[in-house]
Amino acid sequence: MTKSRTRVGPRGTRAPALDVDALLDDPATGIIVCCGSGGVGKTTTSAALALRAAERGRKVVVLTIDPARRLAQSMGIAELDNTPRPVADIDTADGGRLDAMMLDMKRTFDEVVESQASPDKAAQILQNPFYIALSSSFAGTQEYMAMEKLGQIHGTSVADGTYDLIVVDTPPSRSALDFLDAPERLSSFLDGRFIRLMLAPARGPARLMTAGLGIITNAMTRILGAQVLRDLQTFVAALDTVFGGFRQRAQKTYALLQAEGTAFLVVAAPEPDALREAAYFVERLSEDRMPLAGLIVNRASPVPAGTVSADEAMAAAERLRREDPHSSTAGMLRLHADQTRLVEREARLRRRFDAAHPQVATAVVPALAGDVHDLDGLRRVGELLAVRQG
Amino acid sequence: MSDWPKVRLHVVTGKGGTGKSTVAAALALALADSGKNVLLCEVEGRQGIARMFDVDPLPPEERRLTTGLPGADGEPGVVHALHIDPEAALLEYLSLYYKLGRAGRALDRFGVIEFATTIAPGVRDVLLTGKVFEAVQRNSRNKGAIQYDAVVLDGPPTGRIVQFLNVSNELAGLAKVGPIKSQSDTMMTLFRSPRTAVHLVTVLEEMPVQETADGIAQLREADLPVGGVVVNLVRPQDLSAEDLAVARAGTLDRARVASDLEAAGIEADTGLVDGLLAEARDHAERRALEDSQRVLVGGLGVPTYELPRLAQGVDLGALYELAASLRAQGMSS
Repeated sequence: MTKSRTRVGPRGTRAPALDVDALLDDPATGIIVCCGSGGVGKTTTSAALALRAAERGRKVVVLTIDPARRLAQSMGIAELDNTPRPVADIDTADGGRLDAMMLDMKRTFDEVVESQASPDKAAQILQNPFYIALSSSFAGTQEYMAMEKLGQIHGTSVADGTYDLIVVDTPPSRSALDFLDAPERLSSFLDGRFIRLMLAPARGPARLMTAGLGIITNAMTRILGAQVLRDLQTFVAALDTVFGGFRQRAQKTYALLQAEGTAFLVVAAPEPDALREAAYFVERLSEDRMPLAGLIVNRASPVPAGTVSADEAMAAAERLRREDPHSSTAGMLRLHADQTRLVEREARLRRRFDAAHPQVATAVVPALAGDVHDLDGLRRVGELLAVRQG
Repeated sequence: MSDWPKVRLHVVTGKGGTGKSTVAAALALALADSGKNVLLCEVEGRQGIARMFDVDPLPPEERRLTTGLPGADGEPGVVHALHIDPEAALLEYLSLYYKLGRAGRALDRFGVIEFATTIAPGVRDVLLTGKVFEAVQRNSRNKGAIQYDAVVLDGPPTGRIVQFLNVSNELAGLAKVGPIKSQSDTMMTLFRSPRTAVHLVTVLEEMPVQETADGIAQLREADLPVGGVVVNLVRPQDLSAEDLAVARAGTLDRARVASDLEAAGIEADTGLVDGLLAEARDHAERRALEDSQRVLVGGLGVPTYELPRLAQGVDLGALYELAASLRAQGMSS
């Protein structure tokens, strides 16, 4: 499925550190999309950015995918109802506001179908087992629906001025490609030979029943059974009527992502896998001419104080342990050594990333001791995001 | 003695960022002692195995990967690797079970293979699990194939694992009768049997531990056998419980630390002493959070194993060290 692709090396000039506040305060920033692999704190980052922007005076809506339960509760979006809800207890002194919503991907898909097809047709599609499976479990549907919802919210807020900034969290895609390719994949599926094949019997069997088709249909009947094949044909025939709508919408959303007011932030952790994914995102975004604002590296280990190297600290710890096997100073020196090595490794990984992608402005956020599950925690993350590292 | 003597299929899952692929690889090495053949499978299309073991990208067929962790007699078994690709799995499945001949090629030409593997609901997962099933339960159709003593699957993340293994449920809306239905039922029989164990990898933080608890509940609800919990990336244990308590209270003996440093030949300037004390305090706070999560993990009612966080990252040598640790803790014999 994953096509072979080429890499993209350094380009442009070296970027300064990422200025998060400038990005949030710029009235031209209308959409911020946070993307990155799973487990790097993308949802928390999106929520923290949205809260900070709102408390700095923007009218913000944040679209999250799968927040931790307690964080969702504290934002008042424990209900998955696909509608933005105001977040209570935020500081509105600067005239901002914050709404939040959790994406219900099946509901979003249903709404698209309902808006594109006649009530009869829509009902027929919504009940089809293939549609149910496609809308709730097809890899890529979640990505596509996040973009679809973004398009909807953007459309209404342009019309009535409800929001001037939309922050979007994206699903933890298996790879960078899933997320940007989802609209394309859905529409190429709808255009594909297979669909035309499935539609053929419905459109005048005798003429189109070539030898090849007969073989295919027979083979599929043997493997799937006749009922499944009939369901599939009904599904495809019904969806066919709304194809044009889907494709147009996908193209519109893609254009929206490429537009000036959009800013992509790639979120990563200082780990080889997460940074490798981040590199793919960065390269892919620039290939597709998507406006990349910068990289956020979460969970950075705190830099230890002093100039004692890891090796020195280990050697000193050994000497102390020889005198006193339970020396707590020895334990502290070993911790210092471990911390120093961790920080060195992370710094090396970031330097390598930077050498290949110097044009990407970066913000580094230190690891927090605990999880974030309330607005105060999000505020703290927001402050850390805004600190510009030299 | 292993905690899982009857298990042939070890499924490893975990939240993103917890190191589940590392644990799956280490477990495969640990299981492959003298005379054993172990297969390590990946299904997420990331070529993680090739990267971890520093070998060329894996083709969608079984390859000898490396030797296992030597057993008591000093002899290792063999670890094989398989990058399961849905298209290859479908074509293999069709040729094993249906003599399609020309029709098989026609299916490919008309985009049916692509449709089935990327778009058709549930089919992708069923093809991946079907191939895993075939590797565990080799039958006469696959002539000359290796019989494995154990198969380790580096599975999808915790949030998706039940859906992934629950194949008959996933296909329920599609195939109520027919050959696919009966094959998915056979697969479920293996996945629900004591010959399968689903291990969950976590780190000692709130969200991953919560997700692990949720995952266990979902697995039990779906009748899928829960294996152990592997707690990964555990912080170093260089300070004793008393030291940790003192560090947390902020009452570590400054003068003592300074004189120890001088005695060990390190110039104890204020910055360094302050830095060490602050690091110890921060570490003690994080250890306390870890301990509270460890209590929760202990309450899950399944065997638990712990692996250290390696400051230098995980290379080939580290994988064997982690394997030895898993074996010493009884995850393998």
